[in-house]
Amino acid sequence: MKITASEVEHVARLARLNLDAQEIARFQRELNSILDYMDLLNEVDTVGVEPTVHTQSISNALRQDELQPSQDLRDALANAPRQKDGSIVVPKVLE
Amino acid sequence: MEYDVVIGLEVHAQLLTRTKIFCACSTNFGDAPNTNTCPVCMGMPGVLPVLNGKVVDFGIKLGLAIHANIAPRNVFARKNYFYPDLPKGYQITQYEYPLCTKGYLDIDLKGETKRIGITRIHMEEDAGKLIHDDCGPNSYVDYNRAGVPLLEIVSEPHIAGTYEAVAYLKALRQLLVYLEICDGNMEMGSFRCDTNVSLKPKGSTAFGIRTEIKNLNSFRNVQKALDHEIARHRQILETGGEVVQETRLWDAVQGVTQSMRSKEESHDYRYFPEPDLIPLDIGTAWTETMRRTLPELPFEKRARFMHQYDLIFYDADVLTQTRALADYFERCVQLLPAPKDICNWIMTEVLRILKEGDIADLKVTPEMLIRLIKRINDGTISGRIAKEVFDAMADTGTAPEEIIQARGLVQISDETHLREVARSVIAANPKEVESYRKGKTGLLAFFVGQVMKATKGQANPTLTNAVVKELLES
Amino acid sequence: MLETARRYRSDGISPVRVVQDLIAKIKTEPYNAYISYDEEGALRTAREAEKALEQNGEELLIGLPIAVKDNICTKGIPTTCASHILANFVPRYNAHVVERLRALGAVIIGKTNLDEFAMGSTTISSFKGPTKNPWDMTKTPGGSSGGSAAAVAAGLCAGALGSDTGGSVRMPASFCGITGLKPTYGSVSRFGLVAFASSLDQIGPMARTAHDAAILYDAIKGHDPKDSTSVARGYRHTPLDGIDLKGVRIGVPQVFFGAGLAHDVERAVRYGQKVFEELGARIVAVDLPHIPYGVAVYYIICTAEASSNLARYDGVRYGMRASGAKDLLDLYLETRAAGFNTEVKRRIMLGTYVLSAGYYDQYYRKASQVRTLIVKDFARVFEDCDIILGPTTPCTAFGLTDMIDDPLSIYLLDIYTIPANLAGIPALSIPCGFGDTGLPIGMQLMAPAFRDDLLLSAGIAFQDVTNFHRVKP
Repeated sequence: MKITASEVEHVARLARLNLDAQEIARFQRELNSILDYMDLLNEVDTVGVEPTVHTQSISNALRQDELQPSQDLRDALANAPRQKDGSIVVPKVLE
Repeated sequence: MEYDVVIGLEVHAQLLTRTKIFCACSTNFGDAPNTNTCPVCMGMPGVLPVLNGKVVDFGIKLGLAIHANIAPRNVFARKNYFYPDLPKGYQITQYEYPLCTKGYLDIDLKGETKRIGITRIHMEEDAGKLIHDDCGPNSYVDYNRAGVPLLEIVSEPHIAGTYEAVAYLKALRQLLVYLEICDGNMEMGSFRCDTNVSLKPKGSTAFGIRTEIKNLNSFRNVQKALDHEIARHRQILETGGEVVQETRLWDAVQGVTQSMRSKEESHDYRYFPEPDLIPLDIGTAWTETMRRTLPELPFEKRARFMHQYDLIFYDADVLTQTRALADYFERCVQLLPAPKDICNWIMTEVLRILKEGDIADLKVTPEMLIRLIKRINDGTISGRIAKEVFDAMADTGTAPEEIIQARGLVQISDETHLREVARSVIAANPKEVESYRKGKTGLLAFFVGQVMKATKGQANPTLTNAVVKELLES
Repeated sequence: MLETARRYRSDGISPVRVVQDLIAKIKTEPYNAYISYDEEGALRTAREAEKALEQNGEELLIGLPIAVKDNICTKGIPTTCASHILANFVPRYNAHVVERLRALGAVIIGKTNLDEFAMGSTTISSFKGPTKNPWDMTKTPGGSSGGSAAAVAAGLCAGALGSDTGGSVRMPASFCGITGLKPTYGSVSRFGLVAFASSLDQIGPMARTAHDAAILYDAIKGHDPKDSTSVARGYRHTPLDGIDLKGVRIGVPQVFFGAGLAHDVERAVRYGQKVFEELGARIVAVDLPHIPYGVAVYYIICTAEASSNLARYDGVRYGMRASGAKDLLDLYLETRAAGFNTEVKRRIMLGTYVLSAGYYDQYYRKASQVRTLIVKDFARVFEDCDIILGPTTPCTAFGLTDMIDDPLSIYLLDIYTIPANLAGIPALSIPCGFGDTGLPIGMQLMAPAFRDDLLLSAGIAFQDVTNFHRVKP
């Protein structure tokens, strides 16, 4: 058993996903099956092998420090669920 | 039990670039909420970051100034966590391969120099601002600050006490301002400081448990918070307790550090290399170009001032606090090779008028100051009157000669006239004359004062002194 | 596409008419290929196209109706990623590729259906319901660009854009009997493509023919300063007449023909192989020893990146926000629980896990290292051959309700397509036959980075002597 129910809950919390008991059980089952499959990778000798993050060997994509007009405030807030006086409104963090 | 204090300092410096680190929005402070944003810095779907080359320039400059290794290959990373002021749900920062490592800053501790190691410098983006509504259930988010470039500067835990900590921060801030990469404003948040502190038994090599303190927005608060926290640690250890490793907030009102109440487990940031940004290669051509732009650094300038202008440490230190002030001084000396005199003027009058302000705002230019000093040297006005003229210059920006003229401040050095005034003063104060002649020579100042009064302060003091004395004793 | 362009010019047919007819068809289409269509905008562009054509505008794309997968941002047109969490999201900016198409006069006719956030191989998991394969409405069109594939196959657009992270352009192209290209990583800007897995995603053209796909690719490829991973180096022009395949070495890896490959698919792909031989190509046996690890590597890396890319969907700045949240934490939890479907949640969970403290080295770092070995496999093989040939998928289109309870078995369907994404090399799927039940079969061709031209022109040459691509559902 690679991942326990409480680990599933912990991961869900890290990912800010509310899961009910059924979902936790389901994901526990499925993730275990998938992670078991991933054991395949232990067969591969990767000593001294550099990880790949970028497949093209380019570097230094830079831009000049030049101002471009910012978006209109209306555009910035066009999709905002709740806004007030130009700021986006969210419920407080409960202490 | 005697303890060694071990302090580490982490500074976040907001950079003076025109645009943000990953998009071309303005970094300007104080604009209306969300008016300096674009899809990129607001973390909209489908957007991508593009690195501002100037941020790297500034980082390299600082790295060179602290004698650090500049990494030839730089990689960015994602630091993942959820908070409304973090638009993408992750911060782009550097984790495994930071811009600079292994630098140092030499600081002055009352005449002695101590070298504080700097572990690393890396580039990252700032988050937006979250403003809490104290009365209501809501918070308000403004993304103007999201994406403003930061350099994170981490010191080695080489700092042994509060005084050193503040000295280091002041020296670091001064360096950043000298390099023109940050404006060093702690109150406005462009120079932020977190600190960690632990105690260990004196001489022991094993570090004690450390706590981190956040929310320090002035040097005074850094000092008070550290003093408090060190005392708190000491108290716990001396009563046989164990310090809890945690992050604490400095409460300036109550004067204590508070444990940060958090329902959650400590953050697991799940760092991984940022796939949207390709590696950054920094070759010697780039670093050498930046090296050529380095100004004379504070340490160097101060030493040169002491040597070149024969100034004491304290004076040289004050004059080299900022490049602008140092340049002002040197321009003055260029016009009139009287460094000690000029130094006095700057340290007393100029700094008095300036207070915390910017010397660029001072209406008295070096040229004007030197002309004023020359008027003293050639006897046109007295030193006392000069101070009055200086204040008027600072107020109005008018040339010294004009002020002297307009106010009729030319020193009275006409001996005949002075004798006349002195005679009247002596005639008007027979009792004091008698006391003086009976031995109360201190009353000379009284008579000189009376002459001054009669001449509206314009009598040449030295001459007046001599004349009055002569008349009294004749 | 070529056909439509010709009709505009030689037959004097108006783009406005074509677009009107198309919109009428889209309104009643039974495949659920489209999530939305932009009637007003499309007609406006069509009218502009009409004028441009009157002035003998030369750009081939003028007036051509192109469908765009709904995870590609279109200004003023809802871009939902087939998810509740973005159901009401209307971008105020265009993806780079959309700007390009519009600049060339193309008509963006509508947004096509996909698996939510491009995560899936069936286009079943969309919030608008599944897309049906035009060849057999009980079957899936493949995914995640199933909507685009179905739209092309059913003649509901002249060409389409999809996105491909592990096969999402090629697999539906194969299932729907059309041509689809996953371009070299970095050759098409990702700006405006809602990110799934940043180091794997590419937008790709989907069309009836390789020739059309080449035209579309040409229109959208090239450096974009808004995408740091976009490459500036010289791109090659695709010879649109096809190329002479004499002497071209085609590598056929045994690992692509192992157990698990359906017999009818193998037969069709071997037939395709023979066609290339007859065109003069030389077949070479090659070995890609790390291919069997591809699926594991892929599902670690793509879910890790996805878990991070999808963190921004939190109900704060845009999209759905759960109502009645009592505090901030609640807002996050409720919004994301209600906004994401099960597959998306599953991948976020897996991705979060493989990056989490204690597991990073074992999973994410390890997978990234094996990825390097896959990259090296290809580099080595391309010393001995110019193109690698194999099947696109292990089977033909399956039923809409098959396999829904076993995510792993669906992941394994990507076994042939995943390697190209991991290595960043281009890969093309072209029709090469039909299965036992008459469903289309696709053959996959891969080439070294920036040899998209070779793939497309080989595809054009293949389609010059075969008719599979001409058959309509």
